[in-house]
Amino acid sequence: MSQQTNTDQQIIIARDVHKWFDSFQALKGVSMEVKHGEVVVIFGPSGSGKSTFIRTLNRLEEHQRGTIIIDGIELSHDVRNIERVRREIGMVFQQFNLFPHLTVMQNITLAPIWVRKWSKEKAEEIATQLLERVGIPEQAQKFPGQLSGGQQQRVAIARALAMQPKIMLFDEPTSALDPEMIKEVLDVMVGLAKSGMTMLVVTHEMSFARAVAHRMYFFDAGTIVETGTPDQIFKNPQEARTKLFLSQILEH
Amino acid sequence: MTVASKDTAPPAPPTALEWVRKNFFSNWINALLTILGATVVYFALVSLATWAIKTADWSPITAAPLLFLVGQYPREELWRVGASTLMVTFLLGMSWGVWKRYLRPFAIFLAILMGLLAIFPLETPTITLPIRVFMLINPVLIFLGYRLGRSRRVPSRVVAILWLVVLLLIPLVILPGFTGSSLLPQVPTSVWGGLLITLLLSVGGILISFPFGVLLALGRRSSLPVVKWFSIFFIEVVRGVPLVTILFMFSVILALFLPTESRIDRVIRALMGIVFFSAAYTAENVRGGLQAIPPGQVEAAKALGLKNVHITSLIVLPQALRLVIPTTVGQFISLFKDTTLVYIVGINDLLGMGNAVLKLRPEFVRLQMEVYLFIALIFWIFSYFMSYASLQLEKALGVGER
Repeated sequence: MSQQTNTDQQIIIARDVHKWFDSFQALKGVSMEVKHGEVVVIFGPSGSGKSTFIRTLNRLEEHQRGTIIIDGIELSHDVRNIERVRREIGMVFQQFNLFPHLTVMQNITLAPIWVRKWSKEKAEEIATQLLERVGIPEQAQKFPGQLSGGQQQRVAIARALAMQPKIMLFDEPTSALDPEMIKEVLDVMVGLAKSGMTMLVVTHEMSFARAVAHRMYFFDAGTIVETGTPDQIFKNPQEARTKLFLSQILEH
Repeated sequence: MTVASKDTAPPAPPTALEWVRKNFFSNWINALLTILGATVVYFALVSLATWAIKTADWSPITAAPLLFLVGQYPREELWRVGASTLMVTFLLGMSWGVWKRYLRPFAIFLAILMGLLAIFPLETPTITLPIRVFMLINPVLIFLGYRLGRSRRVPSRVVAILWLVVLLLIPLVILPGFTGSSLLPQVPTSVWGGLLITLLLSVGGILISFPFGVLLALGRRSSLPVVKWFSIFFIEVVRGVPLVTILFMFSVILALFLPTESRIDRVIRALMGIVFFSAAYTAENVRGGLQAIPPGQVEAAKALGLKNVHITSLIVLPQALRLVIPTTVGQFISLFKDTTLVYIVGINDLLGMGNAVLKLRPEFVRLQMEVYLFIALIFWIFSYFMSYASLQLEKALGVGER
């Protein structure tokens, strides 16, 4: 319980996190602390470990060395702790991962009903509010396959929010979308950030980072190369690798 | 440039004449082939019909139709089979009303078939007036069940439960009866036969083996080593052995190991063999479906905090089972026909009954063609309806498919 003192401020504490896939080392000692309400953008070249890192935070990937404490709960092999942490963390994936055999409404209410044990009525009421918040209340009875990519991703955000999480993780949420649909998803995310949600976002959408990020982390080869506010990162990057990467993605 | 964006009507569908010309007479070679093919089909059908009506001698079937249906089931207890049939037809009618078009062809076909059989002119003493009346009640019950189901007074859940109750009640209570009971005296399975046995073994085999197959498929992917190795062992051993061998093992070896007083009924033993065999194949089919589910589905469910049992039952299995409907129904059709192998362990199923009838009278011996064609027709009707049902099921569950 010694961590309890930290959690008033830091909702996520990751210290010296290591992760191997067989002999390939994906994370080489990553440390990060995130405060309540902070919006963090993580960027870097593919294979740099940024997705792997946020996936260790809700134990979709198991870290092999180091410590991860989420809202005062340390992630270990204890299954009950993992389930407790997952209830407090919402996640949005690059490929949406909606459940194709369930309607939009069922997608959103599934976890509140089965995990939070809410009544169907309460879950549907909250789902309706969330669908309005992400701008697609009229799609509730459709199946995911009948929606556009942008609409699917907004349903995925509503599905994650339905559990009323304290933290939201976004793993390249706009990378699989057609250009004209990126904005509708980013708008929802900006609104969420402004509402005070703690967010970790892996993305290359630098407009989003400029608009709402409090901190940015540049990952390369399994380590954090540089961190700072968007101002510092965009105007005055310290590391040569950061400069090179930024020049590559900001060119077009 | 506003003209370009104007919608135009789709091209008109071809008329019947155009369709025939395009598909059958597009050039002179195709026209020749069409005429040639039509001639062959015409003469084949005519000669088959002439044979069936004039030459063929259907007396083995008309002489003992009940043997094909129920075997030696005591004629004075026949009302039990009749009552069971009525329950099923009534439920079928009700299901037609509740689930609408998916069951309509079955119900209508069965109603027409039963109605035709009731009035079919047969000069045979076995088809008594009560039997004809019974046949005629079936279509009436189907219709009454349909009206009741359509009136929405019966929820679909109740119909499903009724099916379960009836499918358990018929083979466990109504048909076997009890020793010493006056209403339902015991009828040993040794006198059951014909279509009754075929349906019992195949419906029982399919319904019992399916849940076991799903469990084995899940077990094979389990992270618990004991469960995993048991599942692999079971599946690979059973799949490596022919069904005939399994049936022999269950009917002979199982009987040797168990003391005489605790002997399991031989039909149950055969059913156990069929369930073993079918479960192993179902397991591999279902495993194929499980593997087709993208890992992102499980990740998303995990990220929402769902427990493993809920991830499997709510996310993975519903999608996996829908994917394997065609292969699983195909396997069940094979199983349905494979039940004829129980003939080898001395159980008189439909095919076995056919062979028995051929030996009934000396003049029947040369009538194999007629008897086997009749049996083939019955198997075909059931198999065809199974594959039709699978298509309907795919359509019903295919909503919102990616």
